[in-house]
Amino acid sequence: MQSLGIDVLLRGTNFLRLLSGLWVAVRISLISVAISIAFGIVMGMLMTSKNRILQVIFRIYLEIVRIMPQMVLLFIVYFGTTRVFGWNLSSEKAAVIVFSFWGTAEMGDLVRGALISIPKIQYESARALGMKEKDVYLYVILPQTIRRMIPLSINLITRMIKTTSLVMMIGMVEVLKVGQQIIEANRRTSPNAAFGVFAVVFILYFLICWPISRLSVWLEKRWA
Amino acid sequence: MEKELLRIEHLKKGYGTNDVINDLSLTVRKGEVIVVIGPSGCGKSTLLRCVNALEDIQGGQILLDGEPVRKNAPNISRMREKIGMVFQSYDLFPHRTILDNITLAPMKVQKRKKAEVEQEALELLDRVGLKDRKDDYPRQLSGGQKQRVAIVRALCMHPEILLLDEITAALDPEMVREVLDVVLSLAKAGSTMMIVTHEMAFAKAIADRVIFLENGQIVEESSDPKAFFERPETERARQFLHTFDYESD
Repeated sequence: MQSLGIDVLLRGTNFLRLLSGLWVAVRISLISVAISIAFGIVMGMLMTSKNRILQVIFRIYLEIVRIMPQMVLLFIVYFGTTRVFGWNLSSEKAAVIVFSFWGTAEMGDLVRGALISIPKIQYESARALGMKEKDVYLYVILPQTIRRMIPLSINLITRMIKTTSLVMMIGMVEVLKVGQQIIEANRRTSPNAAFGVFAVVFILYFLICWPISRLSVWLEKRWA
Repeated sequence: MEKELLRIEHLKKGYGTNDVINDLSLTVRKGEVIVVIGPSGCGKSTLLRCVNALEDIQGGQILLDGEPVRKNAPNISRMREKIGMVFQSYDLFPHRTILDNITLAPMKVQKRKKAEVEQEALELLDRVGLKDRKDDYPRQLSGGQKQRVAIVRALCMHPEILLLDEITAALDPEMVREVLDVVLSLAKAGSTMMIVTHEMAFAKAIADRVIFLENGQIVEESSDPKAFFERPETERARQFLHTFDYESD
């Protein structure tokens, strides 16, 4: 059998470079997920309001996010805005903007779904106990909403982590790009490196995403 | 005569052009147990929901201790503290234990001390035979047990009046008794209650006054429940009560 080409990662700082690329991917995901959760909760609550105009605006927003490939969004924000608006965004900022734009829409829809799935009687029995609206949400509605949301939002988080592999298209050097660079640089000495390096990249993504989805299964069981 | 606690004056409630309650007036004295019966859709549940201001009203007023009870009024949370309510569907908070369900509102709304509220909650749970279930979650309890906890949760707020909205309607027959026994013991202890029910034998046993409602109006009112259930004065009440009899003519 031929060499699997993993040996290139043991040369010099190659493996460390790969890990720092992974950190770039994780950093973008973490920042975007945090922003998405914060804005998503607000958006979800606004989506359940009876205001028709708000509903239409959020509907359009959500459809745009669903229809547009993330890569197109990245190109518009990174390349498109530079000339038209004169914004000189770094690729990391552009990536965070796009991922938050996407995550907020989907998180908002998850929050909306969870909120409307709470029976009306929960609001009423809390009010009947003399609770003010703030307390009704804080102690009765939101804790139940969060329990219903967490498995679904974890699914969204892992999708966002995986999709960070696209940011190399706007020039960010994240784990996949580092992998490519290592392979290119060692093409002569280790022609099989493509297999070994990408396999390791695969394992790294797995090591990040798998514990997160286990956490979701565990929470789902605990709160069933 | 005890003093007047609740006064409903010319209450009007409707959805669109459809009147559910039409010019209904009623007073409830302290310690009185009022049972409201009537065919479905007659407005009896709506009446209770109006008393607790879960519904807005189109006319008239509801006064508790002389203070108006009205949805979205600034004083509404304070008024609702004095009005306990138990619903037909189990309305416990599923993410909190039985004990936490009971102590939440006394601690957050009335700002009472945790130790004191817990002690009272445990005493009340003991009275309904559920003290050993205090750390369970609502999903682990039967329907009848959940309703007993819901009653305890309302009682722990020390309400001046308790509204019970068909609290046994969703229960299996063998669980109805355990819930109604709790309500009977409350009546004996002097609680003021407005009860909507389809359990006629229970209504007869517990009522100080029976209100027969149809089309949002009081058709018959009787302070002698025994006489009412045996010989109702109005033809409509007679027909209604007849539907509960299975004796052959």
